[in-house]
Amino acid sequence: MSYQLPPVYTKLFKHEVFPDFDHDERARYNYLANLNRFISTVIAPGNKITYDQGVAPQFEKEHGRAIQSRGEVKDAISKDPVYQMWAALRRSTMEMRQQNGRAVVLRQAKELAEKTDQLNKDNQNLSIKKDFVVPPYLKHVDNHLMPGSYHAEYFEGDVANPANYDSGIFVTTAGMLGTLTDGGGKAIAKWVKETYPDFKPKRILDIGCGLGHNTLPIAEMYPDAEVVAIDAGAPMLRYGAARAKSLKIDNVKFLQLDAENMSEFEDCTFDWVQTTMFLHETGGKAIHKIFGEIKRVLKNEGLNLHIEQPQYTPQMSYYEQFMRDWDAFYNAEPYWGHMHDLQPSDLMEEAGVSKENFLQVGVRAVNDLDKNKQDGKITEDFGRTPVWNVFGGWKK
Amino acid sequence: MKENEISSSHSGGNIEHKNFNTDHINDILMAGDKSKGGRPYFFDDPAVERVLNITMAVATELAVARERIDTLERILEAKGILSRKEIEQFEPNDAQADERQLWHARYAARIMRIVQQEIQAIAEPEKNKDMHQIADEINEM
Repeated sequence: MSYQLPPVYTKLFKHEVFPDFDHDERARYNYLANLNRFISTVIAPGNKITYDQGVAPQFEKEHGRAIQSRGEVKDAISKDPVYQMWAALRRSTMEMRQQNGRAVVLRQAKELAEKTDQLNKDNQNLSIKKDFVVPPYLKHVDNHLMPGSYHAEYFEGDVANPANYDSGIFVTTAGMLGTLTDGGGKAIAKWVKETYPDFKPKRILDIGCGLGHNTLPIAEMYPDAEVVAIDAGAPMLRYGAARAKSLKIDNVKFLQLDAENMSEFEDCTFDWVQTTMFLHETGGKAIHKIFGEIKRVLKNEGLNLHIEQPQYTPQMSYYEQFMRDWDAFYNAEPYWGHMHDLQPSDLMEEAGVSKENFLQVGVRAVNDLDKNKQDGKITEDFGRTPVWNVFGGWKK
Repeated sequence: MKENEISSSHSGGNIEHKNFNTDHINDILMAGDKSKGGRPYFFDDPAVERVLNITMAVATELAVARERIDTLERILEAKGILSRKEIEQFEPNDAQADERQLWHARYAARIMRIVQQEIQAIAEPEKNKDMHQIADEINEM
């Protein structure tokens, strides 16, 4: 059969704080993963067809000129029935994924908190601050339509949201990130190891680590390094530390810290500073403060890398820009659109990486669930395809 | 942000949490909490989108029920109680066939109710008066 089926939910690795799923809850995720795969591979390509054959020519006829911005694409395509159906379905599956995931974790919120608490007892690798102020950009939106986002907790010690996040990304990506949903972290760790075999980082900083999905593969690749993983969300860190302990990875410290002010780190003390799918969830002013802080804490000759979606360039079609903007507006990641108008090389200059030392490459998720299909064709599903843009460089 | 949501402001790591109080969590309703920001509607008429979302949720539950039946069949087969081949080759007798067809007919009618009634409305306009008009007419009766 040529149709690529997503893996089944039971293939995911169950660490000790992973929520329990009953039969029907697993079945629900199996179906939603399939539905997402169908929408992204069969229905989504219809957008380009209807755009090329109907929307764009119609615009030219009406205006006497071609479409000249992604905003014009949005206005024009929003009236198209093929696009409307796709967009309504994509939004609907995101909402279903959140509702079903929340139903799973909220019914067992107490047990999840207890399991996490047990694993974190005397855990020196977790530090949560009293009176921590959650950055306003984080409180302003529920990223990925996840009510409460990364920081909210429904009671003291709650980890419902990270448990939902951890167990539900499978659905959104239709299982393309592997048994531990760590395909991005594995990809960057492998790329750095292969590209810079002599690089032996002693101290690594992962900013916006969330529950540490993409941090742990780096810590595993460099077992002698001390990895410091920071995030603003206490539930994420709590769950992440317990998850790491369950997975027997002990060289990661989970620390609650605002990336705009990392004053507890001394100047020039990290060999490598990493962010993974983090920058687009910050804010327009915060991002520059964060890059200033990266410059300060990164050692001279240190490595700074960021995994993101591709930036918008003059070469990128307005259609593609609009499709990449879709998640920004309709999957509640609103800074994404603005951020992708920034030039990565300008941002890297703020981090102390000169234009000559700037680098940019594409990496594909390392997916242990999809071993035989790594070389297979991946249908472009703007913003969801597990192929990312890495930019960064060495501070010199 | 919900009222019962507290910001993360307590210490973590090595502090013991003995009693997690989750009595206030209504998982049935909170599972469906709305996220921040206005919901986009992509169809010209939001009603279409409303119905689509309900339909997609119902379709999901059918898939879930189908997977559960599949699990049942496989376990029963593994225990030697039935064979799935028997199921595939099952032919109902006449009485069984009638019962099953009746179920399908009723099921189809339940699903297609609104379409059936919209056709009746056109076919019998005298029975399709606006309720305000009927109210005024009854007021005179």
